[in-house]
This record gives sequence, C-alpha cells and structure tokens, in this order.
Amino acid sequence: MYPSRFGYEAPKSIEEAIGYLTAGAGEAKILAGGQSLVPMLKLRFAAPEMLVDINSIPGLDYINIGADGSIRIGALVRHEDIERSEELKTAQPTLAAAAHLVADPIVRTRGTFVGSVCHADPQGDWAAAMTALGGHIVVQGPKGKREIAMKDFVLGPFQNALAFNEIAIEAVIPAPQGTPVGSYLKLERRVGDFATASVAVALNIQGGNVVRAGIALAGVGGRTIDATEAASVLVGKPLSEDSILAAAEAVAAAAEPRTDHRGSSDYKRQIVKTFVSRILTGIANSEQKVA
Amino acid sequence: MALDEIKIGGMGASRRRVEDNRFIRGKGNYVDDIVLPGMLHMEILRSPMAHARIKSIDVSAAWEVPGVRLVLTGEMMAARNLAWMPTLSYDTQAVLATDKVRFQGQEVAAVIADDPYIAKDACQKIVVEYEALPVIVNPFQAMEASSELIRDDKENQPTNKIFDWEIGDKEGTDKAFAAADHVSKLELHYPRSHPSPMETCGSIADFNRATGKLTVYMTSQAPHIVRAAVAMVAELPEHMIRIVSPDLGGGFGNKVPIYPGYVISILASILTERPVKWIEDKTGNLISTGFGRDVYLKGELALRKDGKILGVRMNTISDHGAFYADAQPSKFKIGLMHSTFAAYDIPVAHLTSTGYYTNKAPGGVAYRCSFRVTEAMFFQERMVQAAADDLGIDQAEIRRMNFVKDDDFPHRTAFGFLTDSGQYEKCLNIGLEAIGYSTFKAEQEEARKRGRLLGIGISTMTEPLGAGNSKEYDILGIKMFDSAELRVHMSGKAILRTGAMNQGQGHQTTWAQIVAHELGIPADDVTVEEGDTDTAPFGMGTYASRSTPVAGAAVAMVSRKIRAKARKIAAHLLEVSEEDIEWELGRFYVRSNHERGVTIQDCAMAAYSNLPDGMEPGLENNAYYDPPNLTWPFACYIAKVEIDPETGVWDVLQFVAVDDCGVRINPMVVEGQIMGGLTEAYAMSSMQYQTYDEEGNCIGSNYMDYLLPTAWETPGFELYEVVTPCPHHPIGAKGIGECATVGGPAAFVNAVMDALKHTGVRNIDMPMMPNRVYEALQTGKDISGMPPVRSGD
Amino acid sequence: MSSLYDEVTPTPPSDVPTRRVTIDVNGEPRTVDVEPRLLLAHLLRQGLKMTGTHTGCDTTNCGACTVLFDGRPIKSCTMLAVQADGHSVETVEGLASASELHPIQEGFKQEHGLHCGFCTPGMMLAAKALLEENPNPTEDEVRWALSGNLCRCTGYQNIVKSVLWAAEKMRAESN
Repeated sequence: MYPSRFGYEAPKSIEEAIGYLTAGAGEAKILAGGQSLVPMLKLRFAAPEMLVDINSIPGLDYINIGADGSIRIGALVRHEDIERSEELKTAQPTLAAAAHLVADPIVRTRGTFVGSVCHADPQGDWAAAMTALGGHIVVQGPKGKREIAMKDFVLGPFQNALAFNEIAIEAVIPAPQGTPVGSYLKLERRVGDFATASVAVALNIQGGNVVRAGIALAGVGGRTIDATEAASVLVGKPLSEDSILAAAEAVAAAAEPRTDHRGSSDYKRQIVKTFVSRILTGIANSEQKVA
Repeated sequence: MALDEIKIGGMGASRRRVEDNRFIRGKGNYVDDIVLPGMLHMEILRSPMAHARIKSIDVSAAWEVPGVRLVLTGEMMAARNLAWMPTLSYDTQAVLATDKVRFQGQEVAAVIADDPYIAKDACQKIVVEYEALPVIVNPFQAMEASSELIRDDKENQPTNKIFDWEIGDKEGTDKAFAAADHVSKLELHYPRSHPSPMETCGSIADFNRATGKLTVYMTSQAPHIVRAAVAMVAELPEHMIRIVSPDLGGGFGNKVPIYPGYVISILASILTERPVKWIEDKTGNLISTGFGRDVYLKGELALRKDGKILGVRMNTISDHGAFYADAQPSKFKIGLMHSTFAAYDIPVAHLTSTGYYTNKAPGGVAYRCSFRVTEAMFFQERMVQAAADDLGIDQAEIRRMNFVKDDDFPHRTAFGFLTDSGQYEKCLNIGLEAIGYSTFKAEQEEARKRGRLLGIGISTMTEPLGAGNSKEYDILGIKMFDSAELRVHMSGKAILRTGAMNQGQGHQTTWAQIVAHELGIPADDVTVEEGDTDTAPFGMGTYASRSTPVAGAAVAMVSRKIRAKARKIAAHLLEVSEEDIEWELGRFYVRSNHERGVTIQDCAMAAYSNLPDGMEPGLENNAYYDPPNLTWPFACYIAKVEIDPETGVWDVLQFVAVDDCGVRINPMVVEGQIMGGLTEAYAMSSMQYQTYDEEGNCIGSNYMDYLLPTAWETPGFELYEVVTPCPHHPIGAKGIGECATVGGPAAFVNAVMDALKHTGVRNIDMPMMPNRVYEALQTGKDISGMPPVRSGD
Repeated sequence: MSSLYDEVTPTPPSDVPTRRVTIDVNGEPRTVDVEPRLLLAHLLRQGLKMTGTHTGCDTTNCGACTVLFDGRPIKSCTMLAVQADGHSVETVEGLASASELHPIQEGFKQEHGLHCGFCTPGMMLAAKALLEENPNPTEDEVRWALSGNLCRCTGYQNIVKSVLWAAEKMRAESN
C-alpha cells in the first residue's frame, strides 16, 4: 500500500504551521500521530497535496493539571501518555479508564489525544470522553486563538469545526465541582476493533450528591452522542438504584444506533444501558466504601 | 553403545527449531525480501464491481506516468492465449478480465513500473467503464431460474450450478430413518472464512531470454504443481521452468492455488525481459484469493431412543464464487465432506451436494483442513450435540455409545473410508476428567440460579489426513504421492530434500529427526531443503496435513534404503556376511560380538573410499511414497464458557485438548500446531468471517473488518496426549497440523449452546458474536445465516 | 550516503522532490534522500535493505512492521520515513550483538514462540519495549502488551511463554 505524492513540511512553530495551512488553501492536512491519517493515505482514501507535520513543534506534549483540577492536554500528547499518567488516574478517572481501550498498545504510543478528537470518528473514544467531560478544544488560526466547546466541535462523521488554516492546539477539561468520578466501557470484538458501543461517564460529586453528570456515547450514531441531557436525572441527588436505572434508560434512548454487522440497533441500546448502569453502580459502590 | 535418540535429536525429542535461527534475527527470506538486479514492480487494478460487463478500458494515462514500463489488460493477455487459465478443479479462471468481471476484486489490468509507488499511481489512472449486471451473493440466489448467468463464457453451462454430487447408500439410509425412534434435524451455515496468512501472496518472475529459462520465486505451498500448471499455461517445457518457494509467511491452504497475479508477472517478465515482482496487498489477498467453507449444511440423524445412531443424511449447498477453483482431489466435488461421522460406528449414510457459482471470490481451499473436513466434522459434532439434547442424553454418553471401539480397527465407515486406529473413549475420558465434567452439571445449575450462564461443549473427531493413496487421490491427474531424496556425504553429514513445502511447520527440524531416528545421524548433521523444483524431488507440496503422513514417510523410507546399503558396506568393513550384522541406533555390529561394529559415519566414508567389489559408489537415494491409506488422528476438544447475559459476550473459562496423532516426531512442534489450530477455531467461532452485501461488496476486506483474535482474546489451552501409532505409516505418525482447526469450532459452539440449553435455543451459526448470542438468549430462537451486513454507513 | 531507491528506482524522476534525512538505525546514523510519501517500513526494507521488518497489512492492525522509535514500539508502516529524521529506530537486526542473541530471541527459540516467523520481529520488539519497563510481567500483562501484534500460526500461548522466559533470564542477568 503506497500513498499518493504529497508535499511535506515540518514546521517548528504553530505560526509557521498555520502559514503552511493557509498557503495550502484547504489542500493541506495536519499530520500529528498519523494513526488514522497514514492508513487513509495508504489506502488512498485521502490524497492531500501537502502534509504539515506538527511533531517537531516543541512544547505541545504537556498534560497540565491545574490547582483547581482543570486539565489541559497539548496537541502532541500521545494516547499512552494519558494511559501512563499516574496523576490522571485520580484527577480524571474517565480519561484514565478510556486510555487503555483506545486502538491497540502499539498505536497508542504514537496516536495523539487531540488528533483523535479532531478525527471525529463516530466510534472514537476520546471524542466521547471529552464530550462527557464537557471539555473544549483550543484552536489557533491566523487571527489567533479561539475555544470551541466539544458539542460544537464535532459536526458529523469525520467532520470537525476547524477552519482549513486552524490547528487544534490543546484540549481542555474544565475544573470539576467536587470530586470527579467516572469511567469508560467499550464493547469491542477484539483489541483494536472499532466500538460496537461505548459509554463515557463523567460525574462530579459533592457532599454525596451528583452535581454534574456528563455522559457521551460512541459507536451508536452518525457522530459522538452527547447524552448529558439524558443523564440529568442523576443531578442533585446521591446515586441510587432508581436514578441509575432511570439514567441508563434515558441514555439508551438518546443513542441513535443503526443496525449493522456489529448488531441491531436494539442490541446496541441494550449495551449502552448495561454499560451506563454498570459504571454508575460501580461508582455508587465505591462511594459507599469511601463514606 | 547405541546412541541416545533424544540426545541426537531423534524421534520424540522436542528439538529446538533450526529455522528459528534465521527468523529470530530477521534473516528469513520471504519473497518480498528478494531483490533481483533490474527488477520491476507490478500492481494489479481490481474491479470495484461484483458483476459487470466491461465496456472499455483506457490505459493511455497510465502509460504517461514516468517510470511505467508496461500496462497489461485482458485483451493483451488474450492475444497471447493467456486471458484464461485452468483451475485445480478442472474449471477455467480469468487471468485479466476480458468480457466481464464476476466478483469484486477481480483482476482487470496490471501496471509494471520502476517502483511499486509509481505502479500504484499509474493503476489509478486507468479508466474502466463498467455496465452493472445483477449480482448473486449466495447459492440460493444462484439457483433461482431467473438468476443472471455468471459463467456465460462457458459452453454447456446454462445455469449457475457447478455440480450435483452424491455418495452413500440412499435406499439403506431411507430405511434406517423409517425405522428410527427419533429423527434429529439441524441446519447450519459454515460461513466463508479466509485463511489469511500474515504474508500475502506474491511472486518474482524472471525470464531469461538468453537461456530461455523462466525462474519464478513465489508463495506456493506446492511448487511442483505450479510448475506443471505453468508448463501447461505458458507452453514452456518443465526443464525451462524453475519454481522456487522461499520462506512462506504462513499458508493455511491459501497458497495452494495458482493466482492470476503469478501468471501476469510471468508474462510481464517475458515481455519486459526484466524480473517482475508482484506483492499482493492485504485487501487483494482477502478479496480475491482462496477462501474456506461457505457451505450450507442440512442434516438428519436417525436415532434409537437410547441414543444409538442408525443413519445419517446430509445435504450441502456450497458457494464456490465466480470460478470453481477448489483445491481438492479431483474425484471429490465437495472435498472429503463424506468423512463426516467417521469416528462413529454407524451403519448407513447418504450425502447429496450441490455447488453453485456466485459473484464472490473463487477458492474453496483446504483452509487448515483436509479438503472440507472442517465442515464435515463441525456438522458431525453439532448434530451429535443436538441429538443428545433432543433425546435428553448426556453429551459425553452419546458419543461414547456411538464411538468406533478400540478393537474394531480398521473400520470401514458408512461412506467407505477405512479408519486405521484409535482410542476414542480414552481420549474422551481424559478430556472429561481434565475439565471436571463429573461435577460440572451441579456447578452449572448452581450458577444458573445466580444468573450466570455456564456451558461445556465437547467436540470429538477423527479426520482423514495425508492424501493419497494415488488410486483415489489426484490433482489435475497427478497422483498424490510424495518424495524424499537423501544424500549422505562422506563425513556422515547429510542433505535431505523433499517434495513437501514448509510454511511454518518446522520441516527443517523434524525431517532431520526422522533421519536421526532411522540412521542415527544426529539431526544437527542433516540439512533439509524444500521448495526449489530444480533441486527438490517431485512432490505434491504441503497442505491438508499431508506432510508427515506422506513426505515424512518418504523420509523414513529413503533413510531405510540408505541403511540397507550401509549394512552391506558394514558387512564388508567388518568382514562378515550381511546376515551376521545387527543394527542399533547409529551403528552396525557383529551379532556374536557387540563390541565389533562400525558407525553409520564409518559406512558413509567407506561408500566413497572403501567399497565392496562391484558396489555402486556413494550413499544417496530417493523414495517415492504412495501411502496405502490416509492416517486417522483423533482429538477430543472441550470448552467451558460463561456467557454474560446482559451483553451476550462469552468467555472461555477453560479449554482442554486431547490429541492422538500417533507417534510424535517433535512433541514441541506438535503442541505448537495444536495451539495454532485451536486459535483459528476460536477465531471462526467468535469473530472471523467474510460476508458480502447485496451489491457484492466484500465485508472482511482488511483487518479492520476481518477480525483475527489477538493474544488478549485468545484463550489458554491445556494439552493432553494419547498415542495410538498409525499401523500403516513407517514411523507410526499421523497428520496433526489441522486437527484443532477442524475439531475446535464445534467445541466452542457446543459450549455456548449448552449454556443456552434452558432457553430452547438449538443453534447459533458462527461467528457467535455477542449480539447474536444476546439475541438468541432474549428470543429463545436460533440465529441462522450470516450476520446482517452494514446498512450503508 | 546511500541513495534511497538505488534498488527500487534506478532513475527517480528528477522533478520529484526528496528530502534528506538522517536516522539512527540500530545505533548507526544513516543519511538518505527520501520522497515524503515513502513509508518508514519501506525505507528500512528497500532503501536500507533490512528486510527483517515485515509488512503484513495495510491498515495498521497486524504489527509485523513494529520497530522501536526512540525506544517505544511503533508500526513502521504508519510512519513516513521523513518523520524519522533525527530520531532513532531499532529493528530486529539490532537485537542481537555480534556474538550473542538477545534473551527475547533466545526465549522465542526455547519456547517455540514462532512458526512461519513473519510476525516474529514485530512481536519481539513489542516484547522488548514491555520488558524494559516491566521486567517481571504477568501472563496477562504480556498478552495485553502484545495485543497490537497479530500472529496466525502459534495461538500466542508459546509467544507469551517466550517473553516470560526472556524476562526471567533478563532479571537473572541484571542481578
């Protein structure tokens, strides 16, 4: 498998990269981890005229956890950096739970968190996690930086809100109110398979009550599904069997799965319901232990 | 003073593999590793359509790409009478399409260029105008009277039916069913699967105009068959054709047939007078080369109420794709499907088979099995399970009751095979003990009360391995014997060549062990070579677990010929008559005086330096072995699974394999083969399959869609051994490479069915993906046929 | 300096832009001119003639092309050769020293961790990356670390044993 010809630049700064994108007038693509892009080039599903490789830009490989618990993830943070971060295990359990389920262990050494969000694959793990976390993406273009909330960032399958000459430079997860808890479950037929269905749950718990409930889904719609509204039944009270069941059912109803070779739409809803329930029950059980 | 056989790496030694020395250093020599001076690179343009008339092909833009040396189309092949080629099942297959394309991925044009990137660039510039035709993606569509005729290129082919075939005793079977207490019925689909070796197919054709000789390095499991076929197709005499199979990155049956890519690269080399390399990409391999299975099985068992099987009725409808290119013995249209129920003592059976063309890839290879034995054994073990459940009989007991007994060999099966030996019940008992069968039912009941679904599935099987004999088994008229040639140098070191072709089985290691066993020459002193038709003796290659049964036997026989000559030399050296000579491993001695002896190495030296008068010098020979019968290994595989009732995900809690493949040459290698085979069985039962949407698009065209299990999902296996030597094989060995792939799938499926028994579900067709298991559990209904294909996203 | 395509393109079209890159391959700096679209796996195999790195699929699934990139395992079919400029790459050819096999290589031979050998280089490099971080892995940890590398022949069980064999030997050696 052999890609088509393309030009290649490896800028040393974001500004320089934006310059190349601007000059490319829509025919240039950013190359970060390349774990989705390079296979598409090889299969010739993508044939950009120019690749702008941002891997040589210094200072983009940070995971910064603020004193308030907010998290900023730079554009060159690899999946395995998240997987290996001890701090994130407590600071952001949803991310920590998803990290080792992304692709396979070799792909995780190279693929980037931000790149994966930008790829906007309806089955993508990180877009779901970021959506559940209510995060936003900081993008930089010729006119400077702007922030795009996750719900506005993913527009459709493999479509994001970036202008042709903008670069997503970091992902931001806002500070939690109280304690961040959550998890991520994915049904895949084997390691590296695309999700049949996955569920990202990110709660904030304060004084025993759920104060924020973010839930997002992958694999069960034409894009990442933001089920946070459906999860609102959880807010303002402690987790209980009743609220968990209500949330699981509401979230499953919010899914938009289609029947395909991975299962019927009903089956995928069942998986969503089961996973929401399992994650929330797990949280409830560990909350009890803490209390 | 006899040598310690294990120490010299003889039979029974888990000798570490010789070939590993190069592979672990990255010094293997696969076809894509070979670079010849001036070599060009070929890329094939494949059809995106499954069935379409070709209205025009415009290659002019491809010729314009700098670095392009040749663009080939079907028309150019036809001008040289190479547009079509024979298949291994007496059909024809298009090399490059001329009239129409008949499956997605069919070869339409080829570009030969300075490097593969350029060849790919130019391929994209070829413009083909297609006119779509109705697409047939299963045999049921193919058999409709109104269906589009796929093979309109053939004379006397008015429909899409390829063959009707039957074997067995219809009348007797009908009588048995009439007299039965109960008839169990089951309909199964064994989905299409692709052997998918890690290395794809490829070739480097190198035609030398000066010498007139064609050398082809290629990925073939059967280089001599390829030479015969190339001689036919290219009209070159055999001595002007040299086929070399270098290291193969797996085969599993996929590398037995002859593919268009090989033939195109040969013509390209003839036309360019340069070596031409073709390396297939993964998609090309998955969508155009030999697949396995794709058979609909319908069965009935006539039963006495105590579980005794009185008769078997089996019907198969098989999907062969656009060309009937099955790699199988000529006499048998649906392979050895009639080996079904060979392990059971049943009086009468009848099989009817019908094969159809469809707009899918051609093939029907023996994917890690002996010619459809996988389907035959799966059918058998699923039928037995269903019968046990229908009658309320224990699944182990029904097998025990119907097994051929140890003292009943050789046993003529209802379909006429002659099974040679076995200890079936012993194997079963070992397996049951290991899995904890006696306490399982209580455990299962208890678990069910707590909402957990446990199941145990048993699969027992014997299969015919090692075709020929030559009376019954041939491919394209060539009898299925095999060969070995042994040359002992004067130092007593040796080189052995066989007509088999290693692709990971470890022939370099194990063949030397047979020589060590027969001659006492340490295995480390024996070089083994295969795969070069200029140097290896004629043989039929490696597939269908035939290497040890046939070529391995030839190795023993040629060693014995060498020993017979060495005995005469020993008598000469010891100055006694040949009758006074005795043999112990590695040494001849005088019967009356054990101290007086000569080693095999002494004899080797003497063969070149001190011969008896009148003896022909040298110590070399060859042997062609025509097996008197197939070998019949036996296996009992038992899986214990748990199903998650909320998701349908099932996990293997324990897996026990009891294999009796006769005498084991190298136990380590045998166990490796079993574990590899079990993994493919697990793959097919859980995730690995190919299907097609209604437009004939292949779902399973790359590793994102065609799922192979990783180390993470693959269960651990517990292995047990029983040894019943093969009575007719010179070293008592039987085939083993494929037993686990053949027998394994039914163990997994039976286990899931056992866990679901309380719901009334009798069958879930493979692959048992979580959604299918969940649906069965929810509805209490069987899940049949292929999973639905993608709905357009 | 070796030219990338002196085997594959004896006369590369002169209007195709190439870039000069220097890559540390198994401890040796290699400077080559490459077309941007050239995959690292192909540079290693064709340009640098190290054919131990295999390409098994087109979709970044099989891992036969796994090499270590600055010490971490990557699939070299999914990286452009230009991206390796200034970085280090370790391939199977770099595992053994002149006189000695790496314990992982020995382990694969001792425990019959390979049949056809096609996936073996990638498996061994993935295993090396694991053992460098986790000298005493459990069976599950080995299975997990190798789950980005496919094998069709062995059923993995002996591959896992091979890695555990190597781990034990490496621990013994470092004590």
